[in-house]
Amino acid sequence: MTDKPTIDRQKLQQTALKVREHIVKMATDGGCFVGASLSAADLILYLYSEWLNIDNHNLDDPDRDYLFLSKGHDVPALYGTFVELGLMEKDRLKNHLSIDDHIYWHPNTKIPGIEFHSGSLGHLPSVAIGVAMDIKIRGGKNRVVCILGDGELNEGTCWEAMLVANAYKLDNLIFVVDRNQFQANMPTEELIPLEPLHDKFTAFGGAVKRIDGHDFDALHNAFSAYPFETGKVNVVIADTVRGKGLPSIERRADRWFCNFTAPEIESLLRELHGEHLSQLTSETLVVR
Amino acid sequence: MTYEELLTRQATADERFIVMTAENRALVRNIYAHLGNRFIDTGITEQTMIGAAAGLALRGRIPVVHALASFLTMRAFEFVRTDAGIPNLPVKLSSFIPGFLSDGNGPTHQAIEDIALMRGIPNMTVFAPADEDDLIKMLPDIWNYPAPSYVRINTQKSGYEHAPFELGKAEVIAEGTDVTILTYGLLFAQTLAAVEILKNEGLSVGLINMRSLKPVDEQAILEATSSKLLVTVEDHFLTGGLYSIVAETLLKHQTAAKVLPFALNEKWFKPSLLPNVLQHEGFTGKQIAEKILGYTTNAVQQTIAVPQFSE
Repeated sequence: MTDKPTIDRQKLQQTALKVREHIVKMATDGGCFVGASLSAADLILYLYSEWLNIDNHNLDDPDRDYLFLSKGHDVPALYGTFVELGLMEKDRLKNHLSIDDHIYWHPNTKIPGIEFHSGSLGHLPSVAIGVAMDIKIRGGKNRVVCILGDGELNEGTCWEAMLVANAYKLDNLIFVVDRNQFQANMPTEELIPLEPLHDKFTAFGGAVKRIDGHDFDALHNAFSAYPFETGKVNVVIADTVRGKGLPSIERRADRWFCNFTAPEIESLLRELHGEHLSQLTSETLVVR
Repeated sequence: MTYEELLTRQATADERFIVMTAENRALVRNIYAHLGNRFIDTGITEQTMIGAAAGLALRGRIPVVHALASFLTMRAFEFVRTDAGIPNLPVKLSSFIPGFLSDGNGPTHQAIEDIALMRGIPNMTVFAPADEDDLIKMLPDIWNYPAPSYVRINTQKSGYEHAPFELGKAEVIAEGTDVTILTYGLLFAQTLAAVEILKNEGLSVGLINMRSLKPVDEQAILEATSSKLLVTVEDHFLTGGLYSIVAETLLKHQTAAKVLPFALNEKWFKPSLLPNVLQHEGFTGKQIAEKILGYTTNAVQQTIAVPQFSE
């Protein structure tokens, strides 16, 4: 885009805080993948607020943009964003894990705005490729974003998909890596090292930008440069912090899936506003 | 009409169709010239091909995808189940060289659990044509049916002219009171030969070409129990294929029958050219008939053609 509209950084930050409140509130009575949701919250909010042409009225329009959440377990960040942008009723979040709704640890297409279910890692890069291919065949202008976890990049199908996307010159496709440095139980670099990640994606034919995934200006600069290079798959490596916004769980390997007590939730909501550091006693290393 | 001619006709007449392959072009070598960018070869990437097919189907397309049966159903199994099965998308799987048709390739290429795997996926439909004529008769209905499908592609020529196809219905070739043979796929030709031998030995013999394994024609199976013996003949593991389908059907309807299965019991088959494989594993028409009879005959086994493809 040549005329880059300005963004209201302060407003985005305020909205992001509300999205994080929704995420924290979902991390009890069964819990959720709170750390990975908090790392992805800013980039998901940015994309829906400022970049994607997706709103309440065009969810079935074939000319809309698409966002595929491949890592899947960060879906609380997506639902929190949906609530703040008016795509979902706020009260519906109270149905988290209810047998009467479809809000659980991974996305379900019965929630308006969810393009495809996920949960099994390494699937949606290829589904996104199919959508991007069809848009190309039809000569459409819409764009296809696929958000990947960094741990997810262990799956060979992510790289298989890069080969195919490159072969078909899918420059309407944007892979966004939520590079929060952790996979389930371990720092990525201690288990299956991914770096130099920029070089890897470049070698696979991507046009790569690496940015601070919590900096709205950086996100805006990166996405405003779409398409990064004609004929090349766009790749954004968003450096993020797992648990971002809650210093008491940030970058902690043992706080992946969290099921907090009600008093902990109250404390963490105050912590989001910088009031204090929470004393957490609930079980760590809960693995789902 | 060949498979490729039919697919070309279908896809040129209906813009929704996309022809995909994971670099298995044996069945679709010439179609690119007709379809242009609606022909997509993803390279040797069965998983990515299925995921991309799901994405295309999300956009209203009907992807017909091609790969070797064992890689399509096993390497890409979770993609088929998760990306086509769960959302019930019309991804159409054309599996190349299923069952004995992988003849000389060896066990890596032997898809002899494909029926079991595919029919275990909710929403998936499963079909196994007896020969090219049967294949051509069933494909238009299958491709236009709003569900994912798995078809054991079989372009062998048996010379038999089949009845029109009806999804979910078996084709009753003959009815008999002593023995009824139930079969699908390329062994149909051998069962036709077996029926002749059994008739010459004085038996009243029925033969059913199952065609549609899911949904299955339960009524045809139940009616076959009026003969004294049911025989299932399939190039598949004993577990999960037609023998299992018959057992499930009889149990579901609280019916008992005497059933003799011809299948691969806990073993892969010895790789060789198709005629040698059938002879070695005991699946020629003469061998099937003589096992049913319990004695040898002086019937002459017809020559079995070597498949004309290999990949």
